[in-house]
Amino acid sequence: MSAQKDRWVSSLVFLLFYACSIPRSGSASLQQEPSPQHYFSGLEATKTSLAFFTPSVSPGAQPFLEQIESSAEALQDYGVSVVKVNCPKEDVSRYCGKENALRKAFLFRGARLIREFPTNALFDANSIIANVLFALLFNEVKYVETLTDLENIENVLKGKSNMVFAYVPATGTAEHRAVMEAAFVYGTMHQFVLTTEAALLKATSHDDPDVSSAWLLFCHCQRATDPAQPCRRTALAQPLTLLNIHRHLKLMGAPLVTEVAEDPEKISTVHLQLGLPLVFILSQKETYEADRRTAEFVAWQLLGKAGVALLSRDLVDLNVLHRSNVALKTPDEGMPIQYLVLEDTDEVITLVEDKNKVKQIQEDEQEEEEDEDEKENNNQDIQDDQVVEAVSRDKKRELPLEQILVLTEENFHSSLSEAARTVVLFYASWEAVSLAVLRSYCEVAAHLKGTPGVLLSRVNCWDWPGLCSQENVTQFPTIRIYKEGQQSVTYGGMWGTQELSSFILLSQVPCPLKLATMDEAEGYLRGEFPSELSSHHHTSLLGVFSSATSEAREAFEEAGNILSGHVRMGMYLEDDALALSQKYSVSPPALLLARSGGRSVEGIALSKHSVQDMVQLIRYELLDIFPEITVPNLPQYLQLGKPFLILFSAGDISQVESKEMLKLAKGRPQQAFVACWLNLKKTPVGHGILRSYFSTTPSLPVLLWVNLHAGGQVFKFPPEQSITEMNILAWLERLQAGLEIPSSTLSGEDWKPPLPAYDFLQMMEPPVPELSPHPGDSPGQHPPKSAGGDTAAGDAATREEPSQESTAEEVGSPGRDLRGTAPRLAARDKQGKRHSEL
Amino acid sequence: LGLALYAGSLCAVSGTTFLYHDYCVIGAGPAGLQAAYFLQQAGRDYIVFERSHAPGSFFALYPRHRKLISINKQYTGKSNSEFNLRHDWNSLLSHDRRLLFRHYSRDFFPDADTMVRYLEDFASLLKLQVQYNTAIIHVTLEKNEQAWNGHYFLLTDQDRKNYKCSSLLVAAGTWVPNVVNFPGSEYVEGYETVSINPEDFAGQTVLILGRGNSAFETAENILGVTNFIHMVSRSRVRLSWATHYVGDLRAINNGLLDTYQLKSLDGLLEGDLEDLAIVKDKKGKLHITLRFYLENRNISAGIDSITLPQDELDNFATRAPYDRVIRCLGWKFDFSIYNRSLRMMPGKGNIKKYPQIKPNYESTGTRGLFVLGTASHSVDFRKSAGGFIHGFRYTARAVHRLLENRHHGVPWPSTVYPITQLTNSIIKRVNEASGLYQMFSVLADIILLRENATAFEYLEEYPTGILAELEMQTGRKARNGLFVIIMEYGRNFSGADKDVFYYNRAVGEAQHAWQSNFLHPVIYYYKHLPTEREMRLRPPEWPLPRPNAIHHIVEDFLTDWTAPNAHILPLRRFLENCLSTDLRNFFAESCFLFAFTHQKLPPSCQQGYVGMQGLVGSQELRQHAVQAGLLRDYTHTHFSGDRPPDSHDGSQEHLMRDHGIPLRPLQHLVNAKDE
Repeated sequence: MSAQKDRWVSSLVFLLFYACSIPRSGSASLQQEPSPQHYFSGLEATKTSLAFFTPSVSPGAQPFLEQIESSAEALQDYGVSVVKVNCPKEDVSRYCGKENALRKAFLFRGARLIREFPTNALFDANSIIANVLFALLFNEVKYVETLTDLENIENVLKGKSNMVFAYVPATGTAEHRAVMEAAFVYGTMHQFVLTTEAALLKATSHDDPDVSSAWLLFCHCQRATDPAQPCRRTALAQPLTLLNIHRHLKLMGAPLVTEVAEDPEKISTVHLQLGLPLVFILSQKETYEADRRTAEFVAWQLLGKAGVALLSRDLVDLNVLHRSNVALKTPDEGMPIQYLVLEDTDEVITLVEDKNKVKQIQEDEQEEEEDEDEKENNNQDIQDDQVVEAVSRDKKRELPLEQILVLTEENFHSSLSEAARTVVLFYASWEAVSLAVLRSYCEVAAHLKGTPGVLLSRVNCWDWPGLCSQENVTQFPTIRIYKEGQQSVTYGGMWGTQELSSFILLSQVPCPLKLATMDEAEGYLRGEFPSELSSHHHTSLLGVFSSATSEAREAFEEAGNILSGHVRMGMYLEDDALALSQKYSVSPPALLLARSGGRSVEGIALSKHSVQDMVQLIRYELLDIFPEITVPNLPQYLQLGKPFLILFSAGDISQVESKEMLKLAKGRPQQAFVACWLNLKKTPVGHGILRSYFSTTPSLPVLLWVNLHAGGQVFKFPPEQSITEMNILAWLERLQAGLEIPSSTLSGEDWKPPLPAYDFLQMMEPPVPELSPHPGDSPGQHPPKSAGGDTAAGDAATREEPSQESTAEEVGSPGRDLRGTAPRLAARDKQGKRHSEL
Repeated sequence: LGLALYAGSLCAVSGTTFLYHDYCVIGAGPAGLQAAYFLQQAGRDYIVFERSHAPGSFFALYPRHRKLISINKQYTGKSNSEFNLRHDWNSLLSHDRRLLFRHYSRDFFPDADTMVRYLEDFASLLKLQVQYNTAIIHVTLEKNEQAWNGHYFLLTDQDRKNYKCSSLLVAAGTWVPNVVNFPGSEYVEGYETVSINPEDFAGQTVLILGRGNSAFETAENILGVTNFIHMVSRSRVRLSWATHYVGDLRAINNGLLDTYQLKSLDGLLEGDLEDLAIVKDKKGKLHITLRFYLENRNISAGIDSITLPQDELDNFATRAPYDRVIRCLGWKFDFSIYNRSLRMMPGKGNIKKYPQIKPNYESTGTRGLFVLGTASHSVDFRKSAGGFIHGFRYTARAVHRLLENRHHGVPWPSTVYPITQLTNSIIKRVNEASGLYQMFSVLADIILLRENATAFEYLEEYPTGILAELEMQTGRKARNGLFVIIMEYGRNFSGADKDVFYYNRAVGEAQHAWQSNFLHPVIYYYKHLPTEREMRLRPPEWPLPRPNAIHHIVEDFLTDWTAPNAHILPLRRFLENCLSTDLRNFFAESCFLFAFTHQKLPPSCQQGYVGMQGLVGSQELRQHAVQAGLLRDYTHTHFSGDRPPDSHDGSQEHLMRDHGIPLRPLQHLVNAKDE
């Protein structure tokens, strides 16, 4: 954006430069003349000059002099030289003699006086330039006082040239200057009309205008054909500055509608260069005339706000929806062209205006953000890691650690043999995630208090690094269950109280558990056996094997080892296994799956016998068909790598919806998506998801298709349709066909560092080895003096200290508080960055 | 012809018999035993030759006054065994917890006899292969293309027994006393033989040549009974607490400085010993004069004809005659036993007492010959601790690891971690690692990044001097950038003339960490392994070439670098910016939100939450995070759709004002990523 500005500022400067064909006189901006005679004798016929006469000693004119000096250079750009003429004491000529004349400035062309200005009208650079140009451009800029005057001029211009009409609250203002400067450049191209009459302003603008601010209209009189109608007008919406006027005139000069027959990505027009969007009306041969009219209509509406182009689809091969009729290209580099399906021209206009508004806001925000960024750079030392910050805020709370045995290098092995099962948390007392888990672990301890045969313990690896490396613990935290005489099991689940408790409880019984009788097997499926787990509601899994199927059984047992603690697994291989499995209409080897307390038991025949397949099968079978997604269970479904069809509900979902969704999910085994729902009451973070998609929470329930893994588009099921299997399927088909427009797209951003680091390398400024052969060149880089007792060298070394200090002070602001190697108790002094006294 | 060849080889075999070992170690002092321990642990074929009947023969004699100046700290308040080695300067490295020096002595500065006993135990408890009473008197090479290094080392002992080895580890120390020869040096007594009984010095005036710890230790012993002691040496006194070099004068020995500066009769003088001459008068008193005066006269004329300095300069400082002159000038390496073909050359300048070696501790003249222990101090002379037990125990391990890779294809030990553990693994090491701490700026931990920076490999205590050869020396690959972690003192802090007690010498703030003076961790980041040339052209006083980025962890009074905001946070920001990623930890709830709103997840969510190991967090913790403005609480959001989304923020803001906590926008976490 700013680069573009630069570009046309320089073109403007070039224009101005080109416009002044009058040669400049010397380099000094303010000429000094010794006497009036000298001045008048040197005047060239074509040269314009602004002269003021001053007695040799005249303290009173001093402020005026300063202003005139400051505007001299600008005036020179317009070919006007500013001359100060010294009046000798005895001089009594026309300009020097009268007291009156000394308070005036005179504008000459050659020796001819064009205008005299009282110095109090030339109060600053703006007023000087505005007034001088106003006088010079007497013919190019018409001054009008009444509406009739204006209409007369307008009528004369119709069909010939365009008019620029400006209202300024007063002459000599910055706006006046801007208009005059623009007139200097464009005066031959357009007719400039100026007024200071508020009545005229009211007559030319629609609503109640603010008379205190300037106003500029571009009147398209050249195109005007009907003498009865006034010319079309386009107001300048920005404040009156030279740049804005220039920009406006340039836009007005651009063709109304550009016809395009090439790839829109490659198109660049004046509008895009000036930072305005370009609207493409997509046209076809059959509708060309109508499209052209639409384009012109839109173009008039958007004049000054956006460019309009007519893109012929027959000539350009576009890979977009056939229904699309409008495209929008924004000036931001790298932004793809948006293709849209719009109903009427108003939508096009709102689209552009909203875009501009958004952009304006964004720009404002960006500025704010930049401010914030600066602020944040100083905030590098503020913690932005939620876990670390939460743990350090919680560090003063005493944890109820009584239930948890502290293990050390000395007592580790002896303690393990004391209980049937020892749970060990390996952690580091300085590490935040460890400490967060330690807090959940305390809750587990409270929860499991009194459970026989389970001992909860912990090892602080910061105290006992040898023990931790001996146990091959390389990451903190790690939880292991040690069972006597068996290999330890490492916990691989969520670090939550519930999940951990459940793991420890499930680990109490062997996995898989061998069931001896039919009664036990039935009880197991009902969730009543073994009694240790009866309080624990989990899906039960029973492997049924006839004695012949040892390969499958071995794989099942091995899978049990892997899934130990996470899955409730039983095994039945008695003689009547066949009878048991046939009850559920499968034959061994088979899995019986009892969900929700055995109310429904599913039979699955086992065909694959590798351990890996078995683990995968069990994991897959344990997933629900239409699950409620929660924070802990999401990862299991994410691993399927499928898009989500998710119903967000304020509370529990209704029977109807549940039934329809279940039908949808069940109807297609091996389906290509995960059908699920989310209870906002139970998982309030779902509000955050909805807000990110729709900025406000939409009316609930809302059904969404979220392409989590590919593309990240989010589609919203039309709220006016009812959630039925048929409607959803029809909608999904439209989705697949690309007929729906996504409501939102997941951010594809990489996770970059939230804040910059301290740039110590730059602070240290070491000499670049190739460039600096002398090691002593930069401060702080002196090699240690050889201890030869050379006093000069010694002094140099001590002198170095303060200089180092001062650089440090330049680099960073003084210190904050008591952090450091030796806390000071007294108030800190100004320097504050180093302290060692107590 | 075949017959002739056969006869020739037979002749060679019958002429001399060699006992072969893969590794031969010369010297069973601390370094030799330390090397033997690692060779034994690795199951290598090795032998240690010791000329004495027991290990540590140097310590059986030295220091003469028997007090070791290596600290033996009983208590540190910590049970971390690795950390405690930072303050145990006498133990060797082993897995056996009995072999910690604190079990041998309770003295902070233990007795040298204890060291001898400790070394005996170390050799016997660990069953190290030491052959005592074997003085190697000659070492030569035998060219052989089959040998590891193109030659075998042939060793001959005092009984003309021969040994043959593929690799030779020289851990013989520096034991040949330095002597100076000047007219009258025959009147000088050596430190190695001088009496250690103070009564022998009662009422005497003593001149000590030298200004090291042995000179001051000798003076300390007799300070109370002599008339006065003068000390003369070329260099000025260097105090170890100013230079941060343990080889300089330790405070425990500096009693003479105290009496000198407090107007007692003792004093220090500077002068070149080479210019000195000593003449003995008839009463047996020793007079100092200059070699210059002696050269101009006829020796036979007798003492009276010798010009003494005070004859011309009547206030000459050492005009008083001395009863004794004692030489305490240190030791040098015994170069005499090596055949010229080994090209064992003394170093240049102030390291001429040590053999020339490369930064990998291999002799510059002979491939396969490594120098360990005190004799290897040229690598870090006057800088780090490589000449002392608490330093060379680590360099011996480093050399062993280099040899394991070179000869046995065992790559440098390393551990692979997921990138989420990056900050943790560095914090863990800089807080407990003793090798990094003792061998500061010489040994470095190296982190080799894996592709896409999702994982990294951690290598401990690699010599910085051979960083450029890392891939060849360790058998590990460094293709995706690396971090080098070392410890450094402030660049201008250490030196003989420095005031180390000036006000504001300690930096307290993380943003000024680069100006830290005391030993502190420094992390260098390189996108590519530095080349040999870059190593050579590194800025003066830099241990490593200019990196792509550098981080200093601010010095800490307690050397405890675990403060979440001052130490860990700036380190994380540095690592994040080097890797261009976000290394923050997130609760499972945040990861859940990100999973639904972002196509990519931050590493901690990707490797933790998505891998089923999400951090659920207790209710209290989540509440704290909400109060800190780092986690958003959605529980109180109402379902009325028309309510503006901001209203909730308002209540949150209110909540925070009540707690007096500054509100920070949540954009940090979520929205900033959407741009």
